[in-house]
Amino acid sequence: MKENTFARRYGRMILAGVVVGAAALILTAAGNPKNMGFCIACFERDIAGALGLHSAGKVQYLRPEIPGIVLGAMLSALSFREFKARAGSCPASRFVLGLFVMIGALAFLGCPLRMVIRLGGGDLTAVAGLLGFLAGILVGVVFLKRGFSLGRAYPVKRGEGLILPAVMVGLLALLLLAPGLLKFSEEGPGSMRAFRLISLAAGLAVGFFAQRSRLCMAGGIRDAFLIRDFTLLAGFLAIWITVTVGNLIQGNYNLSMLSQPVAHSQHLWSFLGMALAGWGSILLGGCPLRQLILAGEGNGDAAVTVLGMVAGAAAAHNFGLAGNPDSAADGVYQVGGIGTAGMIAVVIGFAVLLAVSLLHLPGKEEA
Amino acid sequence: MIDARGQSCPIPVVMTRKALEKEKPARLEVLVDAQVAVENVTRCAHSLGYQVTAEPQGTDFKLILSK
Repeated sequence: MKENTFARRYGRMILAGVVVGAAALILTAAGNPKNMGFCIACFERDIAGALGLHSAGKVQYLRPEIPGIVLGAMLSALSFREFKARAGSCPASRFVLGLFVMIGALAFLGCPLRMVIRLGGGDLTAVAGLLGFLAGILVGVVFLKRGFSLGRAYPVKRGEGLILPAVMVGLLALLLLAPGLLKFSEEGPGSMRAFRLISLAAGLAVGFFAQRSRLCMAGGIRDAFLIRDFTLLAGFLAIWITVTVGNLIQGNYNLSMLSQPVAHSQHLWSFLGMALAGWGSILLGGCPLRQLILAGEGNGDAAVTVLGMVAGAAAAHNFGLAGNPDSAADGVYQVGGIGTAGMIAVVIGFAVLLAVSLLHLPGKEEA
Repeated sequence: MIDARGQSCPIPVVMTRKALEKEKPARLEVLVDAQVAVENVTRCAHSLGYQVTAEPQGTDFKLILSK
């Protein structure tokens, strides 16, 4: 009986975590950058580059994984009658929050999902990110407990809920039918890519299973602190364990602080970048992956958040805010990280999140 | 009655938990509009010793929490 309860409560979540972890391993084996089989922030940044929204030549590719996730979630939501077009919950605030979540993630060099994948590859520089993510979530939880809310969303016409999925179909059409309009990296992470069909299939699978399970990187830690519920956390841990085991089997596990793929050792700013991403994700009601899933379910506010994240990626690379990986030149190890502009952007991000948090607390009459 | 329709995750749970812990009612009705909110509020209510009945109401759900 106890086993049945455990399976019912955690089974779907653990399965989703295993699927996401396995998809990340497969995509890396098929050509995606190491420890970056899946990264929502990085892939949205690559898409922004492919569309010419920024001109960082090393991170430009229209990653089919992102359209795959949105469309997989939409197919799942439609199949299980959970597709509901809704919008109207502070879309402008959500756009700005999405923008700063992206700036925080790119300061660290990865979204919360990639953070777990980096940890699963033995990347100890990601520990600072994990600690920052925890800290940011805790700050968000404090505001949730005080009644923070961006307000309710309302039912809207079905077409509104189909906008982001339609944009994703359009992006895939561009990639397949008019690649000449897009930019493609010839070196760097953007040049490392799995075969398109594998990328799309992995995205569809992740979107489907994440929609069914409600998988959310920020939600797992949030619920553990806020309501002592560990269901979502099981998915977080399942991804970590799956990627760790897969890397150990393939001989790709490298437990070290040094020379990790697309990672830097500027620990303070890894911590602060992910704190920004964690806090922002709590205010938004979910991590970057969850925003894609919600957008696939017809949530127009999540769609606006995704667009905010793409704008954030463009800003991060146009204004030199994103982190640079550690590198080795002429036998000398050089620590990467973010520059002064990136540090200022992260600090501004905290100020903006604080303002949004305070402005959306209930008034005295509502409390 | 708590109206948590249209609220982002986990706010329906936060609203429900606050009401249950503050007022300790024998019965509470919670209105939500998403399956994920049904699941989350149900888990929360069970953890606090409440039984839950979910009634579909158009595209919404009325959850009846009772001791």
